[in-house]
Amino acid sequence: MALTSTLPPVLRESGQREVFCGLTSIVWLHRRMPDAFFLVVGSRTCAHLIQSAAGVMIFAEPRFGTAILGERDLAGLADANEELDRLVGDLLARRPEIRTLFLVGSCPSEVIKLDLAKAAERINTRMQGRVRVVNYSGSGIETTFTQGEDGALTSLVPLLPSSPDPQLLIVGTLADGVEERFLTLFARMGLESVRTLPPRQSTDLPPVGPGTRLLLAQPFVADTVRALERRGAQRISAPYPLGVEGSCAWMAAAAAAFGIDPQRVAEVLDPLAERGRRALEPLRRKLEGKRLFLLPDSQLEIPLARFLHRECGMELVEVGTPYLDRQLMAEELPLLPEGTQLSEGQDVEKQLERVRASRPDLVVCGMGLANPLEAEGFATKWSIELVFSPIHGCDQAADLAELFARPLNRRELLQWN
Amino acid sequence: MELTLWTYEGPPHVGAMRVAASMEGVHYVLHAPQGDTYADLLFTMIERRDRRPPVTYTTFQARDLGGDTAELVKRSIQQAVDRFQPEALLVGESCTAELIQDQPGSLAHGMDLGVPVVSLDLPAYSKKENWGAAETLYQLCRGLLKDLVPPPGTAKPGPERWKQENRRPRVNLLGPSLLGFRCRDDVRELRSLLADHGIDVNVVAPLGARPADLIRLPAADANLCLYPEVAGPLCSWLERNFGTPVVRTVPIGIGATAQFLRELSSLLGLEPPELREADRSSRLPWYSKSVDSTYLTGKRVFIFADATHAIAAARIASRELGFTVVGLGSYSREQAREVRAAAQELGLEALISDDYLAVEQAMADAAPELVLGTQMERHSAKRLGIPCAVISAPLHVQDVPARYAPQMGWEGANVIFDSWVHPLMMGLEEHLIGMFRHDFEFVDGHFSHLEGASAPALQPPATAAGEAPEVTPLSATPEGGALRWTASGEAELSRIPFFVRGKVRRNTEAYANERGVAEITEETLYEAKAHFSR
Ligand code: SF4
Repeated sequence: MALTSTLPPVLRESGQREVFCGLTSIVWLHRRMPDAFFLVVGSRTCAHLIQSAAGVMIFAEPRFGTAILGERDLAGLADANEELDRLVGDLLARRPEIRTLFLVGSCPSEVIKLDLAKAAERINTRMQGRVRVVNYSGSGIETTFTQGEDGALTSLVPLLPSSPDPQLLIVGTLADGVEERFLTLFARMGLESVRTLPPRQSTDLPPVGPGTRLLLAQPFVADTVRALERRGAQRISAPYPLGVEGSCAWMAAAAAAFGIDPQRVAEVLDPLAERGRRALEPLRRKLEGKRLFLLPDSQLEIPLARFLHRECGMELVEVGTPYLDRQLMAEELPLLPEGTQLSEGQDVEKQLERVRASRPDLVVCGMGLANPLEAEGFATKWSIELVFSPIHGCDQAADLAELFARPLNRRELLQWN
Repeated sequence: MELTLWTYEGPPHVGAMRVAASMEGVHYVLHAPQGDTYADLLFTMIERRDRRPPVTYTTFQARDLGGDTAELVKRSIQQAVDRFQPEALLVGESCTAELIQDQPGSLAHGMDLGVPVVSLDLPAYSKKENWGAAETLYQLCRGLLKDLVPPPGTAKPGPERWKQENRRPRVNLLGPSLLGFRCRDDVRELRSLLADHGIDVNVVAPLGARPADLIRLPAADANLCLYPEVAGPLCSWLERNFGTPVVRTVPIGIGATAQFLRELSSLLGLEPPELREADRSSRLPWYSKSVDSTYLTGKRVFIFADATHAIAAARIASRELGFTVVGLGSYSREQAREVRAAAQELGLEALISDDYLAVEQAMADAAPELVLGTQMERHSAKRLGIPCAVISAPLHVQDVPARYAPQMGWEGANVIFDSWVHPLMMGLEEHLIGMFRHDFEFVDGHFSHLEGASAPALQPPATAAGEAPEVTPLSATPEGGALRWTASGEAELSRIPFFVRGKVRRNTEAYANERGVAEITEETLYEAKAHFSR
């Protein structure tokens, strides 16, 4: 922690935010667990948010939906509870393939104090084990964007079986291919007992207990970690697996926690790192010296900034984050270059003024801001793509860098005379 | 409580945003949590706008709720006014803020802001986007114009006053807005159509208007209610208070455009339009009469859209293209009466629903050969293997084309001809390719030109895209006994163009049931065909 003192004071902002709410994470969680259904209890706004974030209507009947509250539900909570039970009953009858139902709270359901935990209990009793019902809140008054995943995972923790056996538990959604790759690499090091949360089947829950060591794939799972720690698990402190450096350090930290011979770890990782750096080289040439401004959005901003600076040579103008979790960023912050300006929270108009004043070469931002910034002459990269794309791991480092190089390349390609 | 998977309309405050973002010089302060800022992307991504919608969100959080959210509202209002210096300010709340009852409108009225403030009351738990847009446009105009309303009993100016005033007649174009279907191009088309008839445009609103323009609304000789979903209440209010007559015929299609011009000319006291104007100005009439279009005759179309475009499509399909309309519906509850009337004229019962699964079921039951719908119907149609053209909002980025592609007026009719007939041609081509698929020249993989569609003759289209229970053709008899298709029956069925295959399968099964036939052979299929073609 001593190293972080070289960072100037964090700019704390409390104006208008331009960040999605936690409901958004349903968009990737429902794909991760195809046997689960996410039922938001909320308003037409909530339904419209998920639909707009999901982009296209690909599925006839998606594995998420919104129970839209009507005026009658607001008038009396008794009615609302009854209505919810009826609606869930109909849904489960129509979709017998659902094994886990997430009741997801929203701002309206929180404000009217609709008790979704009680509802989950009631429905669980009625379903007699055919479906497991859990609940969490993805509301915009309590959660931002990726934090929704934290809520969903936390709600699963009480269902995890207990086991004292040593095992590594990776926490946070990874793309399936990336996850497989990590499992292969861990196996090569001799680490066989590796599980993931969320699992690929909502019913295939990993056990947890005093032998469990937690390795965080994503930096937004603080509550999940605390809940798992209460079940005896211990967190491995590591940077996040973005870039060659982060990915190697992440895997090495896990190996060290299980007492694996560093020699063996190096045998597995060194060739990977070498290859990863080679793949990065042309992209580094593109990105080197380019100035980067990250607006707060996905909570991945700090590890991304670390990767783009240290491995791609970008200069960091400002690194915004929706909230700064010093504990979960303990391994990341010291890796940021001296003088990096961090900002926490947001005051979007002021932040855009800082963007205009500093004229960065690339701005990482949400979808609402990208085109307006492009029109003002800034190259942008949407942060939402980062939560949908396979970006973790050594082999992905070049792909990750390419996401940032592409907007710059494109600008060079386009000619109008 | 109502289960919604995909929705046609957003919440009412998104309608208000559409009005604010369509205009210049208007700012909207919205009391809402941070997640609601997603709505910005509707404008910046779908409409590809080069600027953010003029909306300031309070983005209150749970920890603010214990304290003083009213202070936060006031601060946001003051900052928005200072920063953006709007000519008119809209103040409202989204679903969550409605529950905490800070009354942002009254708070704004209590502040000394120096700009006209319009407070929006948009009940989020009972109303939707289009209603919100209409209410916002109406409240904004009423707020700006209420002091100018002539006292009751004042003689209303007649629509022919332009003659005394020695000027050309002028009209307002009301309803075009962002996220409306092809509004940008419709305005351009109508401007030129009206100019051809010696009529000036007084104000277009909300698209491109400033608050000062709204104050000039009563100076028009007539209001053209182009999109009743958005402009209906405003037109009625202007008619009641300023006596401005309204032309409610929406000029989409040849007949409607001609009727629109006749109504407008007679209202304004202009020469009636020339009879052959349509033939001279649009290719649709001739293209539809040309021998090549014979194959369009009686094509079964299923229509589902907002009310404006559904009604227009039904008229064009049935009268101008010689289609048979087999289903007509809309998600616009506010205009349900008009849609029902249009359906009745065609001997149909209108489907008024915002449940896309009910619409998909109705589509499957109607066994159409072409679907005219929204993006939702495009997906349903794709699942059912039916060609589809998109005719209405809700928009996808594809529905905002770079080229000029109006729906209204003579050029709009050309665009409609092309965009509706094209998917049918693709369907036909697909069928021809399917017929020749056994020829040795046929190379697998060069099968489909249809974007993302599965090869229809090789694989039932219903299994293509969706993941959960699909609407598939019946495979069990209504009595519960199983019907079996023999190999010869299936083979014959596969030779039938895929876009009618569903209907033929259904008819054959119904016929087989009626006769108590358990096995369907190719002969059964032909017997059924003969039976149904009587
Ligand atoms: S911010 Fe709240 S009301 Fe808005 S979409 Fe998210 S949960 Fe729903």
